[in-house]
Amino acid sequence: MSLSADEVRHVARLARLALSDDEVTDLAPQLSGILGYAEQVGEVAAEDVTPTVHPFAPQDVTRPDDPRPSLPREDILASAPEVEQDRFAVPRIVAEEG
Amino acid sequence: MVPEGVSLTGLSAAQLAAKLAAEEVSSREAVDAHLDRIAATDGGTPDGDVWAAPPADELGPDHVHAFLRVTAQAARDHADDIDRRRVAGEELGPLAGVPLALKDVLTMRGAPTTCGSKMLDGWIPPYDATVTELLREADIVVLGKTNMDEFAMGSSTENSAFGDTRNPWDLDRVPGGSSGGSAAAVAALQAPLSIGTDTGGSIRQPAALTGLVGAKPTYGTVSRRGLVAFASSLDQAGPFARTVEDAARLQTVIQRHDPRDSTSVTDRPPDLLEHLHDGVDGLRIGVVRELQGEGYEPGVEQTFQVALERFAALGAEIVEVSLPHAPYGLPAYYLIAPSECSSNLARFDGVRYGNRVDAPTAEEMNAATRAAGFGPEVKRRIMIGTHALSSGYYDAYYLQASKVRTLIAQDFRAAFETADVLVSPTSPSVAFGLATKTADPIAMYLNDVATVPASLAGIPALSLPAGLAEAPDAPGSALPVGLQVMAPLLRDDLMYRAAWAFEQDLDFAPLPTGPRAVGGAA
Amino acid sequence: MTTEFQDGWELVVGLEVHVELTTRTKMWCGCATTFGDEPNTNVCEVCTGQPGALPVVNERAIHDATLLGLALNGSVAATCWFHRKNYFYPDLAKNYQISQYDVPLIADGYLDVEVPGPDGDVETRRIRIERLHMEEDTGKSLHVGDTGRLHGADRSLIDYNRCGIPLLEIVSRPDIHDPETAQAYLRELQAIVRTVGVSDARMEEGSIRCDANVSVRRPGEELGTRTEIKNLNSVRSLGRAVRYEAKRQIAVLEDGGEIVMQTRHWDESKGVTETLRVKESVTDYRYFPDPDLVAVVSPADKVEAIRSELPELPAATRARLAEAGVAAEQASTIVASELGCWFDDAVAAGADPGAVANWLTGDIAGQLSAAGRSMHDSGLTGAHVAELIGLIEDGTLSTNLAKQVVEGMIEERGAKGPAQIAEERGLQQVSDEGELRAIVEQVVADNAGTVEDIRGGNQKAIGALVGQVMKATKGQADPRKTNELLREAIGT
Ligand SMILES: [Zn+2]
Repeated sequence: MSLSADEVRHVARLARLALSDDEVTDLAPQLSGILGYAEQVGEVAAEDVTPTVHPFAPQDVTRPDDPRPSLPREDILASAPEVEQDRFAVPRIVAEEG
Repeated sequence: MVPEGVSLTGLSAAQLAAKLAAEEVSSREAVDAHLDRIAATDGGTPDGDVWAAPPADELGPDHVHAFLRVTAQAARDHADDIDRRRVAGEELGPLAGVPLALKDVLTMRGAPTTCGSKMLDGWIPPYDATVTELLREADIVVLGKTNMDEFAMGSSTENSAFGDTRNPWDLDRVPGGSSGGSAAAVAALQAPLSIGTDTGGSIRQPAALTGLVGAKPTYGTVSRRGLVAFASSLDQAGPFARTVEDAARLQTVIQRHDPRDSTSVTDRPPDLLEHLHDGVDGLRIGVVRELQGEGYEPGVEQTFQVALERFAALGAEIVEVSLPHAPYGLPAYYLIAPSECSSNLARFDGVRYGNRVDAPTAEEMNAATRAAGFGPEVKRRIMIGTHALSSGYYDAYYLQASKVRTLIAQDFRAAFETADVLVSPTSPSVAFGLATKTADPIAMYLNDVATVPASLAGIPALSLPAGLAEAPDAPGSALPVGLQVMAPLLRDDLMYRAAWAFEQDLDFAPLPTGPRAVGGAA
Repeated sequence: MTTEFQDGWELVVGLEVHVELTTRTKMWCGCATTFGDEPNTNVCEVCTGQPGALPVVNERAIHDATLLGLALNGSVAATCWFHRKNYFYPDLAKNYQISQYDVPLIADGYLDVEVPGPDGDVETRRIRIERLHMEEDTGKSLHVGDTGRLHGADRSLIDYNRCGIPLLEIVSRPDIHDPETAQAYLRELQAIVRTVGVSDARMEEGSIRCDANVSVRRPGEELGTRTEIKNLNSVRSLGRAVRYEAKRQIAVLEDGGEIVMQTRHWDESKGVTETLRVKESVTDYRYFPDPDLVAVVSPADKVEAIRSELPELPAATRARLAEAGVAAEQASTIVASELGCWFDDAVAAGADPGAVANWLTGDIAGQLSAAGRSMHDSGLTGAHVAELIGLIEDGTLSTNLAKQVVEGMIEERGAKGPAQIAEERGLQQVSDEGELRAIVEQVVADNAGTVEDIRGGNQKAIGALVGQVMKATKGQADPRKTNELLREAIGT
């Protein structure tokens, strides 16, 4: 697997990372090298193998529908970069949702 | 064992706890002694309530730089409170009053949690991690938060945004990672205990490189709530200590079912201390064929062979086992962990907390914030993971790696049919020099080759000192070598039992020695 | 069944409906789900995506989703998982939405809807439901700037109170071929959701939302390229938007153009759909199993236990009402307006089902609606309705008087029953024969000409005399009795 600079830019868009041209130039061979190494997993015949998400996990873990106190608004807003009208403020949103 | 009669900072946690219980020393005295030790060895200014480590470029060559932040006054206050309650005759836990260093990836109210990243600048967590709650409940005194590779991604602690942590055995070498700060703190006698987190070896490898005991408990036995996620299906907090018993005691404190973590298991392993001293006579110890040989330094290999002889001499039955898919563990790990991390780290976007780089639109603000906030290794892993999950690549990368994970877990189950515990070297090398592997990501990733199989299978694994060996680049040097012990799911007790027997037999003092070892020996 | 929509074109519609469940707490945390609270007051580390926070499934949400899935004839997955849908948006606290992917909680359901057939009869159409899956709602953005809408805003302000509220997505198969069926599907779904009690399903509050996938084709051909229509805020909008979009697509195709796969926004005031965004390629959501959550398991006994909780569903209620003699249209209204329990209570109290249906869907509904209220907040009971009908039957009230009694009951918010209202307001019919006879005799004496007419064979003219009596008694005379006494006095 070898990633071109354009593919790196595409992935960076998905990952929402503003990479500089230098970073793109550096990353293309690095990512290609890592993916080339990781691709070894393809050598294993595993068509019929069930994938594992958790090696060891309980099942059907739920909690009762009982309200618990929320955190104080000040605590949640305290670390926000910008607050306006008790809400988290962000610059103009260009893309549409979902 | 730590020799008796040394200063408070040289004691094991169990020894210190005994003195505290007997009221021979107060918790405040113990805390002050460790704060003094931190001040003497770590850099930073010990004035005031809290002290933060100096900027990376102001670190002296003899500083360990284990801590990012020392919450000195809070620690003193907590110690005073414990002492008062002890005097008042209150029933206290077995480790009450003992100081501890906490990896800065676990939240603690009232102090910043940075995860070794600029991204979280200014974030004060609004809640305590479950591990933090349990430590407090056990009256263990948190001294501060320790340095780490950014978001726990790395094997040398050189990926911290706040400067490197040095190996107390040789200050020109790395302490391993990602929990390098927690390891260095205990190795440098700044704390008898610390908490790290292990995703692919981030407790075990630094334990090996700093001559400590470090354990990754069975996945799901320690709550991940409040552990800032790197790879959720792999992350597990665990103890560092200078003795096996101390590590077992600390793990006992933090392993508890947590209904607020859906992956927390309700079962616990059998009592870790009850059969700790039972020895290995008759125990079947499996040597993993795939986790040795090519790629392992000669000194490591040799030390490992001697370790096997010691086990045999103690009455253990040495059997060879095979984990046929173990060689695919590292490639699988470097697809699964980045995939999860690409999603887990999406929340760092400059909207709700942490750093923000201003830009005209929300999208540009997100992208610029993330570009400025994340370091190169974190960006690499986010990119790998995003690609591995993306349309057209998912099946070949993420899904195939998840299938390999199944096969590795099966391999372990089969191996545990013929062996009670498995052993291997923890790391293919002893501590390597600062900046010697940073330019080559894959060379750095190879540090995890022996530790990731247990991570993928979720089984408990620990590293303990197996002796000292020469680093290939430093003739005549003597640096710690780690022995990894792995046990079946929920058999953490067996792992500790085997490790304790080995530790008792080995003449090894967890006190850094050598020309560039941390100064002012205890 | 003909599926032609217009000029040899077939319309193909599939609906995606999102229902916010009315659990007490959010999907993954214990924060309250109350609507309309101060911004960012129902939030915690989990629903604001703080580092290290972990989700735990709300048991009730799975239960309610299962209940609704069973009401929609679906099968419950024995084991299913949650996946992460990765995309960046400021109202999505983690920048991924926890949803379901390859295995939804419920699959393969259907909904039978009734639509008017070509001959004025009622046709039943089965709309298959592909899946119901659990996910979480997002926060709410307030767009600040000139327009108050997203476009042209300077900045947006985020409130995470809604973030993490359990959301159920219900995806139909493209089995809908006309706007009326689309509307009937949505209306019936709303009725079922309310009947099983898992959501108030209010479109205006956004607790039920609908997107429509619309395409057209020549019958028998492959499915055409579809567009997705958003911002459908009422059943009426859905019908209008689907009709508009179908006609738009047909016009484009007949003009030799091509349909571009895109998302379109329904503008209710202009009555048109407008391009919102063109899907360059399918968005890459990078779905993968959420490693913070574990499998949801629904063994057969658990499913059957939930099934046993199912109440009578709207279709069954309608059938039962029809059986009892209620007209089909009234039965539909009773079910759609959720008047079933008033109906049942009134009938149980002995009233005639037909009369109950008439009053519930007729005058009572009309007066309540005029007062801006509904039966649900009226204070009226089924017993009130039965009592009212009893008073009419025993002649105490005329229909006219009964309407005034209803008005009184609405004013009193049900605090007083019909008999008491009639009594207090003097609305009983004049049933004292002596009193009425005196009035009748006076009217006969005063209208000699009309009396002659009647005696001469103009039976219809008696109506004028009845009117005189009514006027004299301010409407309280029993019409039947009045008639009887008039004839007696005139001697016909
Ligand atoms: Zn919450």
